[in-house]
Amino acid sequence: MSYLTVENAKTLIQNGHATKCPPAKNGFITNALHDSKASKDMCNGSISNGNGAFHHSKKEQPLTILSRLNVMSSNLFYFFWKHFRRLFSRHSSKSKPHLNGSACKMQESHSDPDEWKSRESFEAPSVYVVATTMLGFTMVMLLNALSRFIYAPKVAVENKNRKGYAPLYNKFDLFYSQYVYRRVKDCWNRPICSVPGVEVELKDRVSHDSNWTFQFSGTTSKCINLGSYNYLGFAENSGPSIEAVKETIKTYGVSLCSSPSEYGLSPLHFELEKLTARFLGVDDAIIFGMGFGTNVLNLPCILSEGCLVFSDEKNHASLILSLRLSKASITVFKHNNMKDLERKLRTAIIKGQPKTGKPWKKILVIVEGVYSMEGSIVHLPQLLKLKEKYKVYLYVDEAHSVGALGPGGRGVTEYFGIDPKKIDILMGTFTKSFNAAGGYLAGSQEVIDYIRRNSHGTHYAPSMSPPIMRQISTTMQIIMGEDGTDEGQRRIGQLRKNIRYFRQKLHQIGVIIFGNDNSPVVPLMVYLFSKLHIVLKEFKERNVAVVGVGFPAAPLYMGRLRFCISAGHTKEQLDTAIGIIAEFADQFGLKYSKKPRFEGEIKYEDVKV
Amino acid sequence: MVFEPLISVNKFILNASLQDFLLESVLGVVFLWCLYSWRKKKHSALSLEEEEEIIRNWHPEPLVSSSEPPIDRDPANYPLVTSKVDVITQINGKNFLNFASHNYYGFAANPTVEKRVIDCLHKYGVGTCGPRGFYGTLDIHLNLEQKLADFMGMEEAALYSYGFSAVASAISAYAKKPDIIFADEKVNFRIQKGLDASRSTIVFFKHNDMDDLKAKLEEQRKKDLKNPSKAKKIRRFCIIEGIYMNTGNICKLPEIVALCTEYKLRVFVDESISLFTIGKTGRGVTEYFNIPTTEVDLIMGSLEFSLGSGGGFVIGTSYVVEQQRLSGLGYCFSASLAPILTEAGMAAIEVLEQDAKLKDELSSKCRYIDEQLRKLLSDFFSVSGHEESPIKHLFLVVSLPRDEEETILKSIVKYCFKRNIILSMPTYLDKEVFMPRPSILLTINVAVSTSQISEMCSVLKDACTQVCFRQKLVFASQ
Repeated sequence: MSYLTVENAKTLIQNGHATKCPPAKNGFITNALHDSKASKDMCNGSISNGNGAFHHSKKEQPLTILSRLNVMSSNLFYFFWKHFRRLFSRHSSKSKPHLNGSACKMQESHSDPDEWKSRESFEAPSVYVVATTMLGFTMVMLLNALSRFIYAPKVAVENKNRKGYAPLYNKFDLFYSQYVYRRVKDCWNRPICSVPGVEVELKDRVSHDSNWTFQFSGTTSKCINLGSYNYLGFAENSGPSIEAVKETIKTYGVSLCSSPSEYGLSPLHFELEKLTARFLGVDDAIIFGMGFGTNVLNLPCILSEGCLVFSDEKNHASLILSLRLSKASITVFKHNNMKDLERKLRTAIIKGQPKTGKPWKKILVIVEGVYSMEGSIVHLPQLLKLKEKYKVYLYVDEAHSVGALGPGGRGVTEYFGIDPKKIDILMGTFTKSFNAAGGYLAGSQEVIDYIRRNSHGTHYAPSMSPPIMRQISTTMQIIMGEDGTDEGQRRIGQLRKNIRYFRQKLHQIGVIIFGNDNSPVVPLMVYLFSKLHIVLKEFKERNVAVVGVGFPAAPLYMGRLRFCISAGHTKEQLDTAIGIIAEFADQFGLKYSKKPRFEGEIKYEDVKV
Repeated sequence: MVFEPLISVNKFILNASLQDFLLESVLGVVFLWCLYSWRKKKHSALSLEEEEEIIRNWHPEPLVSSSEPPIDRDPANYPLVTSKVDVITQINGKNFLNFASHNYYGFAANPTVEKRVIDCLHKYGVGTCGPRGFYGTLDIHLNLEQKLADFMGMEEAALYSYGFSAVASAISAYAKKPDIIFADEKVNFRIQKGLDASRSTIVFFKHNDMDDLKAKLEEQRKKDLKNPSKAKKIRRFCIIEGIYMNTGNICKLPEIVALCTEYKLRVFVDESISLFTIGKTGRGVTEYFNIPTTEVDLIMGSLEFSLGSGGGFVIGTSYVVEQQRLSGLGYCFSASLAPILTEAGMAAIEVLEQDAKLKDELSSKCRYIDEQLRKLLSDFFSVSGHEESPIKHLFLVVSLPRDEEETILKSIVKYCFKRNIILSMPTYLDKEVFMPRPSILLTINVAVSTSQISEMCSVLKDACTQVCFRQKLVFASQ
């Protein structure tokens, strides 16, 4: 009973869910521009064959009502699917089909020389994959519902003195967390007992009651870490920054025990804020003790009733929460889709506020630099054009892009070669590339002063811990090359090379990977819920630490693995990981991609950055 | 007959080939689309030029309203902490007697804690590079969670990386739109933001006023009678603080628990200040009032005040806390607590457990200060705060308009600063639901000596007389 989901996955895999992609035909590669059309035709072909069979049988023998209905519905299904498919593959049809390696160069004779920077791919799954994923999920739900009926252990039940109270959770949530999520729970929240560096030591745990509780087995396993946001490889427990942090602990302790508006400021605050502003190339910056909190504590003080916010549909939870806390109206636009944004902007400005029709006080567009679940990079140049035309303000959350993008690690503005002062508010976190904690807001003097006066963070939350500030300033100086070495440049170069190499190799395997070619976040589509579980389990067995994202963090049928590339990864480590991925892609049928692949050998040394 | 046309339509559909069917449906769809876009056009009668005109003529307000002068960012003009925070703290290189930092046990400058933090730094580095779900769970996080749960004798705890988000996320993980929350009107800003995030119906009752709470509950009961089946599904919560941040008062837990049991409300207590400082062994208000922890559904707390570290936590039964790990936004989507802060919290609790006297000492100091303040300064201030509370609010005895009170208090604090004593004046934003009255906040460190306390009291008295003279204000006693 406890392995229902795994078994389910296995049967589905055996039943041919593993769609083996036909090897790329000749002509596919040469005719790259028509690639998406060709693959679509191929896909449609297989379905219309299926329908053809119905037609033949119809003429030969009389039909029962059921089979008539069947034919009708399949006709209808086919017709609608064709249209739905177009909707689903919205992104992929718009983004230019791209090839990696040498094939890529042929296409780069485009009018806009920087076009490649925004090139991204969201290959749509075939009908078959979506259908089986849905089916798989339904089966998981049904079997677990049955399981709940038969086997309901008395773990984590409500206190007896709460009888007769309104139930704390709604029934579906409880069922989902206790019976669906619980089955795969062993693949998340895995405890570690070392630095979350390039290699990480996982603390092994076992469950004797199908994941209701876990016990530590006492062993640890050393894994290659493709899960932590350690983009520049600063997750270390020795080195110059650690020595500096140690000194700071000796001078300041770990906390100043007060908010910045009272006695929570130290010289380190001023240094770090100035350094951050200089690093980003803006007037001023303000820092906060928590990255998530940087959004939540500050966005509500900028926005008020009568303001309109355009938020990308894939924005991070902290942005969504902070918008909920502000009283502004919110419109969601399609992920990274500037046309959709423009259309919605026009309508909003023309129509004004609902009911009253008064013009909006101000409009703020909130986007992220690198989207952590999609691996895409915001289309900043187009966005700036919209900003100029429609006079909107821009808030860019650079949580994943600062440090990881741009030749100097300055984030998405540097990546596109855009003046950072053109963006009204730059937000970022120190958690990822700097291996610290906290976040910053940066922008013009006027804006930052206003935030300093009105932020919830300066009045109600303790100031940032001094050793953490020291870690940030030391690593930031290394990135800027102010420590007198080229260590920062080396790390940035290494990261870019690793990203390119890893992405090209994965593409060659034939798995679907999402996002921009230069994004350090690499989502690999697995789709099926149970498949995700078994793949994650197997990765653990092979000592690779990867992250899986399933419902509800990703859409129901869009289960994915996510790799985060670090500057610290060596070629050998990446090759080991790639080898295992290739093996699993065969074993579990992950080769969903219908795109043409580069067939030659990709050499690490030749990877262009 | 009537059915004939229907049958023929049916036949037509069934006999049509796929291509025909498709063609017809496509034509149908095109027709509908034309109809739709025609209608749409009719509705938006604006031409492209007119639209552009509107867009050109729309001028947004500036992103921030900047009527105030730029902030002076010269570090020389700020009181900057230049040492560890302790009873004597260096500000800009000069020693000050500290009555302003929330560091009740002095753990921010404790050598045992410091040694363990440095050891931890050499093992885990500084950051965790990920949220709890994605390899951000360190074994020391789990140990600290276990420790907190064991300390309170409850089943489970969940650790947050920021005290603010612990409280704010915890509330909105349970309370949703249709629910009702009863909250004390003096709850701190963190709780207010949690209430905002939940989008539930919020009913504020008067500060520590049980009759008012009862009246409001009774009112709600009457409303419920109109639609009993709907009322059954509405979750009800009562959110209070153990010791109120904004007043220093202790909550009336026994009465609250009795009322909540009667009206079937779940009790959430923010014990950011009371935990580790109140109760026989420092186990918070439940121990102080001798109420079993099972009566409280969730205890929210912070490592920032008593333990001199950073981060927050919630403690409760597994059934309740599990939900945090799935839908506490600040838990799931934020990087986990930095290892050095985790270790600092852990070391602090262990020191506290080993040295039982520490807690008693703090309580006696708090009582002593309470006594002294009430004895020496009753002419000027009304002291707000439970006698054992490590924070005391000093409100002016006479009530004046808000900005006048603020000026007086500010000059008192300034005077004390000149005499090398730091006191703080909590700053509030105008977003507070009920704006708290301006006050001076005194925080008590366990290591402060009686002579230091009398020094502080005498300086404060001097300050008051000086300031009052200058302001020519008549106090009630004079």
